[in-house]
Amino acid sequence: MVENGCSDLRLYRIEFSPDQQTLDQIKDLEPLFADLAALGKLEITEQAAKGKGKKATPRSWQMTLLTTANEAGIADIFAFFAQPEQIKIESEATQPQTAANEDDTGYGFFTDTEAPAEEDPGYGFFTDVAATPVSDSGDESFGFFVDVSAALAVQQADEKRGYGFFKEIDTAAGIPAAEEQPETYTSAAAPQPLTNPDEPASPPANPGRRATDKAPASAQAESASIRVGIDKVDQLINLVGELVITQAMLAQTASEVDAAIFEKLQNGLSQLERNTRDLQESVMSIRMMPISFAFSRFPRVVRDLASKLQKKVELVTIGEGTELDKGLIEKITDPLTHLVRNSLDHGIELPEARIAAGKPAQGTITLQAAHQGGNVVISVNDDGAGLNRERILAKAREKDIPVSDSMPDSEVWQLIFAPGFSTADVVTDVSGRGVGMDVVKRNILAMGGQVEIESSAGWGSRITIRLPLTLAILDGMSIAVGGQIFIIPLTFITESLQPTAEEVKTITGKGRVVHVRGEYLPLIALHEVFGITPRITDPQQGIVVLLEAEGKKAALFVDELVGQHQVVIKTLETNYRKVPGVSAATIMGDGKVAMILDIGALVRIRQQ
Amino acid sequence: MTQSGTENTDSSAVGNEFLTFTLGKEEYGIDILKVQEIRGYDAVTAIANTPEFIKGVINLRGIIVPIVDMRIKFHLGKVEYDQFTVVIILNVAHRVVGMVVDGVSDVITLNPDQVKAAPEFGSAIDTQYVMGLGTVDERMLILVDIERLMTSSDMELMESVAA
Repeated sequence: MVENGCSDLRLYRIEFSPDQQTLDQIKDLEPLFADLAALGKLEITEQAAKGKGKKATPRSWQMTLLTTANEAGIADIFAFFAQPEQIKIESEATQPQTAANEDDTGYGFFTDTEAPAEEDPGYGFFTDVAATPVSDSGDESFGFFVDVSAALAVQQADEKRGYGFFKEIDTAAGIPAAEEQPETYTSAAAPQPLTNPDEPASPPANPGRRATDKAPASAQAESASIRVGIDKVDQLINLVGELVITQAMLAQTASEVDAAIFEKLQNGLSQLERNTRDLQESVMSIRMMPISFAFSRFPRVVRDLASKLQKKVELVTIGEGTELDKGLIEKITDPLTHLVRNSLDHGIELPEARIAAGKPAQGTITLQAAHQGGNVVISVNDDGAGLNRERILAKAREKDIPVSDSMPDSEVWQLIFAPGFSTADVVTDVSGRGVGMDVVKRNILAMGGQVEIESSAGWGSRITIRLPLTLAILDGMSIAVGGQIFIIPLTFITESLQPTAEEVKTITGKGRVVHVRGEYLPLIALHEVFGITPRITDPQQGIVVLLEAEGKKAALFVDELVGQHQVVIKTLETNYRKVPGVSAATIMGDGKVAMILDIGALVRIRQQ
Repeated sequence: MTQSGTENTDSSAVGNEFLTFTLGKEEYGIDILKVQEIRGYDAVTAIANTPEFIKGVINLRGIIVPIVDMRIKFHLGKVEYDQFTVVIILNVAHRVVGMVVDGVSDVITLNPDQVKAAPEFGSAIDTQYVMGLGTVDERMLILVDIERLMTSSDMELMESVAA
């Protein structure tokens, strides 16, 4: 690519885009080009009229300059002719640089024009710019400043993420590495022209491309996404939902017609089913966004709060790419913020206390997101002191909440979700008012999610939130009881079986249990819960569906299994109100309404 | 919510149109603007553990709509479901609710002088939901503030908070 006969001889790519005013002032560009040519070998590669962009620059020149001078020297020549933002100088041998602020980007600022950094988050990142990456990104979720030397002040330009750690790098140690960000934008990247003659001669692949592809890349970014109102997307989702229902309705009707005709229909119908399913999936994916949108605010939250509380905390985020419904992301952010603040305030100890406990002075809060079955699991982990069982129990007694010393931990931890519950000795502006955790739990339950707490004294605690992937659709098993159809979300079903007489046992004449592989599971007869006259009252004749919800298992006794469907969730609360034991409704293939069972509630009803 | 509902119906009571329907021997009128459509009675999906007068929900072109049987609620008329059973789909308080009545008669326009204040007693429906009594020829119409009735806690159609 570039033949560097001498290590000081470098190839620069210069883009000069003056506006009309400048052109009028200059009148003649020849002296400029002559001055540039005096520095080395100048080649004007391209002249173009440019009508793009806000400034509508009339013309632009692309040129290459092989010279021993540094960028500052080139920039000086231009300084006589034009505004700094009209010139872009990029070194071919290293990553690109600008002599001054980039035009119309609005970010990037420089303290040192001699070796400014270019920031261009729009595309591309450098993975291997320098031979020796000096600074290693300690945490992939946030960028940090690389302070190389006084002569080479590099600023991370992204103001939105304007926080970070400073890292001192010895100039002599070599070249600072470009940071690779998970969101694929380049953090600080600083070359060292001239002062570092040992710089590898072979240039990275990107810079050249970068200079020439700039305009197309930004144009691509513009055309690659469109902003659409969420109501339009929702309408689309609703319509596709209707389509799915209609398709199912057709399939059901078709199955009733004459076998010979059905044969012909079958092909078209299965094709239709495939297409609707694909369509539905693509439409649903419109609403999906990576959870990094929610996670991205936390580094700042943690940093601010940690400095306020004089604690040392590192935030680690895992699985930011996990996608979930946009509506959920918006709703989960506040509860998550509360949990993180809580972990920081109550969980992580002060540095002295941590050292005394034999832990590193810096605490760690880990935010983790992952898909698990049909759920998204988000957890907030801290390596702090953990929950204090005695204190929670004492506080509960103070508040007349019925507790006993023999309660299992999991139940004790759930107490912190009670309204007005706080074990904090003093109310601070961070926490301790006792509001918050109950709101967190309520919000998450309202989203159809669950919250679990694990904690171990001295080791920290983990709060796990389970959320459905989307609010609009679920895979369900339809079951029949006494002529009525109900839907059980597939995620709750572990298996179904027909118990033998020996496997069903009664407990003191009241409840029944089913003995499955060494476990006794409470038997819930759906017809009893819902007051329906069933066709079958003997579990041996019907079928028992084993369910698992909120860590508890139960067996649901129904008449029969009907089939497996993907159903569109229709809330009952739009026109009616919440019904106990029912989470929502759906419309079946025949146009009838079927209730989706709230398995969590059913399991709870049984336990009360 | 109730406030705005009352205001609406007050203004509409002046020279406005009412849909009349019968429950037993009584004739009722409701503001026509609250009525979305009238349809026959379809199979409903029962909801567990609800009062008897809430028949269940139906699928109205993709919308889940609860159905209330006014005949059961107010112990009027014979509770039968056949091809003549009529469901009035109402649009009240941004909700869609269906109510089963004995029959729909017609739409009439009432001038303010045809509307008398409701007495303290007189119909199966609590007087607080009665806007007045309308007179057309020899017929007496009980004008019901349907929005207020449907959003009341009596109907158990909404969360108690909303009622």
